[in-house]
Amino acid sequence: MYTSFAFSFMPYKTILSPRASITTQDNKNAKDYRTKVSRNPTLEKLQYNYLFPEISEREAQHAKKYPNAKIISLGIGDTTEPLPDVVASSMANYAYSLSTRTGYRGYGAEQGSKDLREAIAETFYKDMGIQGAEVFVSDGAQCDISRLQMLFGSNMSIAVQDPIFPAYIDSSVIIGQTGDVEQGSGRYQNIEYMRCDPHNNFFPNLSKTARTDIIFFCSPNNPTGHAASWEQLEQLVKLAQENGSIIVYDSAYAVYITDGSPRSIYEIPGAKKVAIEVSSFSKIAGFTGVRLGWTVVPKELLYSNGFPVINDFNRIICTCFNGASRIAQAGGLASLSSEGFKVSFRPPRVILSERLLNTHISSQAVMSLVDYYKSNAEILLETFESLGLKAYGGVNAPYLWVHFPGSNSWDVFNEILEKTHIITVPGSGFGPAGKEYIRVTAFGHRENILEAADRLRSLLL
Amino acid sequence: MSAILQNVSTSLSASTSTFLGHNNLKAIKPSHVSMAGRMSAVVKCVASPSAEKTAYKTNVARNENLAKLQAGYLFPEIARRRNAHIAKNPDAKVISLGIGDTTEPIPEVITSAMSKRSEVLSTVAGYSGYGAEQGEQKLRAAIASTYYEGLGIEEHDIFVSDGAKSDISRLQVLFGSNVTMAVQDPSYPAYVDSSVILGQTGLFQKDVEKYANIEYMKCTTENGFFPDLSTVRRTDIIFFCSPNNPTGSAASREQLTKLVQFAKENGSIIVYDSAYAMYVSDDSPRSIFEIPGAKEVALEVSSFSKYAGFTGVRLGWTAIPKELHYSDGFPVAKDFNRIVCTCFNGASNIAQAGGLACVSPEGITAMHEVVGFYKENTAIIVDTFNSLGFKVYGGKNAPYVWVHFPGRSSWDVFSEILEKTHVVTTPGSGFGPGGEGFVRVSAFGHRENVIEACRRFKELYK
Repeated sequence: MYTSFAFSFMPYKTILSPRASITTQDNKNAKDYRTKVSRNPTLEKLQYNYLFPEISEREAQHAKKYPNAKIISLGIGDTTEPLPDVVASSMANYAYSLSTRTGYRGYGAEQGSKDLREAIAETFYKDMGIQGAEVFVSDGAQCDISRLQMLFGSNMSIAVQDPIFPAYIDSSVIIGQTGDVEQGSGRYQNIEYMRCDPHNNFFPNLSKTARTDIIFFCSPNNPTGHAASWEQLEQLVKLAQENGSIIVYDSAYAVYITDGSPRSIYEIPGAKKVAIEVSSFSKIAGFTGVRLGWTVVPKELLYSNGFPVINDFNRIICTCFNGASRIAQAGGLASLSSEGFKVSFRPPRVILSERLLNTHISSQAVMSLVDYYKSNAEILLETFESLGLKAYGGVNAPYLWVHFPGSNSWDVFNEILEKTHIITVPGSGFGPAGKEYIRVTAFGHRENILEAADRLRSLLL
Repeated sequence: MSAILQNVSTSLSASTSTFLGHNNLKAIKPSHVSMAGRMSAVVKCVASPSAEKTAYKTNVARNENLAKLQAGYLFPEIARRRNAHIAKNPDAKVISLGIGDTTEPIPEVITSAMSKRSEVLSTVAGYSGYGAEQGEQKLRAAIASTYYEGLGIEEHDIFVSDGAKSDISRLQVLFGSNVTMAVQDPSYPAYVDSSVILGQTGLFQKDVEKYANIEYMKCTTENGFFPDLSTVRRTDIIFFCSPNNPTGSAASREQLTKLVQFAKENGSIIVYDSAYAMYVSDDSPRSIFEIPGAKEVALEVSSFSKYAGFTGVRLGWTAIPKELHYSDGFPVAKDFNRIVCTCFNGASNIAQAGGLACVSPEGITAMHEVVGFYKENTAIIVDTFNSLGFKVYGGKNAPYVWVHFPGRSSWDVFSEILEKTHVVTTPGSGFGPGGEGFVRVSAFGHRENVIEACRRFKELYK
């Protein structure tokens, strides 16, 4: 069906095409003084810029080329809708209180405020036996992932899903866990890539997975949108138990789950002995700029010598970090209050009717933030379906994973950008298995989503 | 049996520089216990249920670098001792002059900017999501023009962060495990601890209380708290904090010129911590970049914590000159940018709004007032210890007073002061072996508390 499209897909030899780098002063004057300090060889191993600044750079270049174009960004997963009043005003009030004698606070506990730690445990891990003392509040999942890599050190082997949010791989390279990249495949040596594609319903064949110390697992998945089922996660926990591995479970999109799939790895019995969970307020409460997340390290999680992982993670937090901003934490607490919760996110809703989706929903106060983005996803899913394109995800996550068989994703990215002024993310930015896919995010103002849908339809029909 | 017990108890007691964190479950390995007879034992220093012996363990080896660390990070240990003391003495009015935690409210010009930004985030027109990982453009530009005017450090050289402590670790991740480093002795413990964690060091050597492979640059009363560089081995990285935490000493222009020259000769990189620059009272340099040639050998880390009371708000920055290159010519800033984009996601936008207000004309005046207040506190503490006949250092260019207790263990003095005056200080050996015999008294506190603490010091040491 795709052959009727106007796109020309030219398979490239290299999966990941070379690209422009971030402009910094690159002074190659041989007379310039150089220190005698060697560049960190692990940073030399990185092949390209981090994916998302690269996308930003392309957007900026495109804007320069077409100054009058109305670019719609469905690329970087950046939230767009305002914070609920109850959350914003809690932060505004907290900020103001810092200028009062009784309200001023200095350093907070590096692990986060006790109230917030307990609220997170209560809200997300009720009945799973996770306590506030096992919750470490942070300035976001991306930072936590790197702190976890510092915790683990360079002598670890890791497994990742393929495709996957690039921070796990890039941080692994930086900390020295990997070998060089294989030019042909784009894979780094010493990383076990667990392929996820439609053939295995986006859950890896664990029987084919070599043992590694750490298994990064993101569910609902960025970028495929697949939420692992209970049975699948049971298999994963079993694998970790058999191999004595530690799962780092990224549940940043758990609140987007619609179909009753597990929201936390700790729903699986035995998981507390084998898994760490990382999550974030970014996509829950629109905190992408405010910066707040958390990591759960259960007390039962032990290294091979019996030493509790939580003790070392606590040491990392106390030495390499100084706590998330108190103001952000106040906002986090407000978003978990019953009023904040109602406005930020609610239990899964039934898919809205066509009529409701097509009319601009004026009362955004009615819609929770998460529902809003989920409805965007529904619109985009319908759009791609009507065009005969297979779009995965979009049901349990704010990402669509659209298949363009036989294509090179950077070509598709460029073509969509040129012809519709829509930014997406090429699938190969997430790993070799993403080569024929484009990730489309569902974050955006409703009117932009609807406009994007129109442009895509007019281009592809 | 008694030989073992004797040796075990020695390992358990708080020696001058090592201390046991409350969450330390280290087993005392036989190698730490010198045995007289043939008996051997492994003793757990914390009681644990027998079930733990059969508890499931993963097959993942503990990062051996973390095992090298001797105890918990210094300041949580101080906090633990403070809390234990409060629990034991519920009626005592404990005064904290230990952890350098700011106490005075943030000026309104700054908090109102943060309040406003918070509110704006709830509007359609004003909402913003991810910001640039390097920081908001306006703030970067304002930091450059406020602190580095005329020094050739510009907007794009500034990387805004959630504070100096996080930046130090990100710099260590940047440098990697194959670099050697030098630190002042004594120094702020994050440099050494992060170096151990990143695998740059060898084991802790108990006899000298130093980690192998770190070059400790002794700063003493004899050398005016500036190291004798002719005795310092070459290292790749040199951490240098001025005004210094904990000694309070600010290096002179002449001294920093020597340091820059030393770095140039050795091809080293200076990581210059200028978090207390605004406390400088004399004409000591406030930035390493005031020294000619520094841009080719140094980067600078700083923070709003001690200027604007941002210890809980979290905002700082690192300045990396374009001229700073690795041995192969690659710009250090380019790799740091990659670290910041991959291992970080920007400082909180609300904190950054506060930062922008900090460096507005009104904000700068307000920060100077805050700094001035703490400097007055410092003067009171300096006067007190001087009047008691102690040799007192620092206190002029930094909010720290470095008090000499010759021949005494600093942890003992810490305990004595805590027990007898209910005032928390910080033992000098927590900052390195060069800190032994000193106690750091920080000058952050409400004026009445500082005055009261000084009254109690006078009582104790009269």
